[in-house]
Amino acid sequence: MSESTTDELTVDIWRGGEQGEFRRYTVPARASQTVLDVVTHVQRYLDQTLSYRFACRVGMCGSCAMTVNGRPRWTCRTHVDKVAKDGRITIAPLRNLPVIKDLAVDMAPFFDKWTKAEARFLPTDPDSPEFARVSPDSRERQEANAGIECIGCGVCYAACDVVAWNPDYLGPAALNRAWTLVNDARDADPARHLAAVAGDAGCHSCHSQQSCTEHCPKQLNPAASIAGLKRATAKAMLRGEI
Amino acid sequence: MSAVSAGRLSGRTRHELWLYVVQRGTALVMAPLVVVHLAVIVYAVQGGLSAGEILGRTRGSLLWGAFYGVFVVAASLHAAVGLRNIVSELTPWRGRSLMWAATLFAVVLIVLGLRAVAAVVGG
Repeated sequence: MSESTTDELTVDIWRGGEQGEFRRYTVPARASQTVLDVVTHVQRYLDQTLSYRFACRVGMCGSCAMTVNGRPRWTCRTHVDKVAKDGRITIAPLRNLPVIKDLAVDMAPFFDKWTKAEARFLPTDPDSPEFARVSPDSRERQEANAGIECIGCGVCYAACDVVAWNPDYLGPAALNRAWTLVNDARDADPARHLAAVAGDAGCHSCHSQQSCTEHCPKQLNPAASIAGLKRATAKAMLRGEI
Repeated sequence: MSAVSAGRLSGRTRHELWLYVVQRGTALVMAPLVVVHLAVIVYAVQGGLSAGEILGRTRGSLLWGAFYGVFVVAASLHAAVGLRNIVSELTPWRGRSLMWAATLFAVVLIVLGLRAVAAVVGG
């Protein structure tokens, strides 16, 4: 094993599917290099069979999340300086999702749960020519704003231990989305969202460990959204609304 | 998550949500009771503790009877719901049989607890 130097990185990358192994690559270190740059270098210059997923490279699309040195991260905005230990990085696919090949996971179970959580906007009156008037200062709008910037990268889902032990659990991202809709004054049927996220596979399974909040690259707080859903579903049931 | 119809809870989900409400509700009830319980322990052990001293305080006291009666019921429900959650998360045991086991556990705790309360308040 070479001594760590400032001009090269020792990178272990997961190769294979669910069964596989880490393979070691040596990559030149550069200034302001991101983990995605490292993976791209390996794929372009060292091993063209490496599979991974990315699109925008600027932290908008949510497609490049991977496990970097044991933590789920968005690789396009993760600088090597921040994560490399003695010039070494280990890169694996996201946890809690089926591995397709190498660093690419199947995101279908993740997005299927958004559907199960009824995490889509239900318009009040699609034909109305009127603008909805929503006060930016209202508590509901501020709650919605706090969670609205999710890019669907799956980092919170990979970080969540409840997802790991209860495969039916909807997960932080889908629940966070549901919470933004419950607080959207324009949404036609908040009860529909609440009924979909209550119970064993929904918000009530959350242990408030806040791993989602700790790891979210957009600094959102899905744990707070889930706590809000717990209160709102209990209130709605006691009032007979769901 | 099998909602009967959109916007309505299924029977099973409603049941789960009620258990959640019961557990949070009993926690709310127990918080002040635990504080009083601990404060009385600290006060009561000053200068030694004897069965006679305890019974002198509790015997015939409706207040302490009600206090610990409520405490026992709240703790029993809270423990049974929590234990059921822990078992279903850590083991494959789920469903109706686990529900009955947890219910039995709650009943045993309530019976034993209320017996103890009756013993120190009555007689």
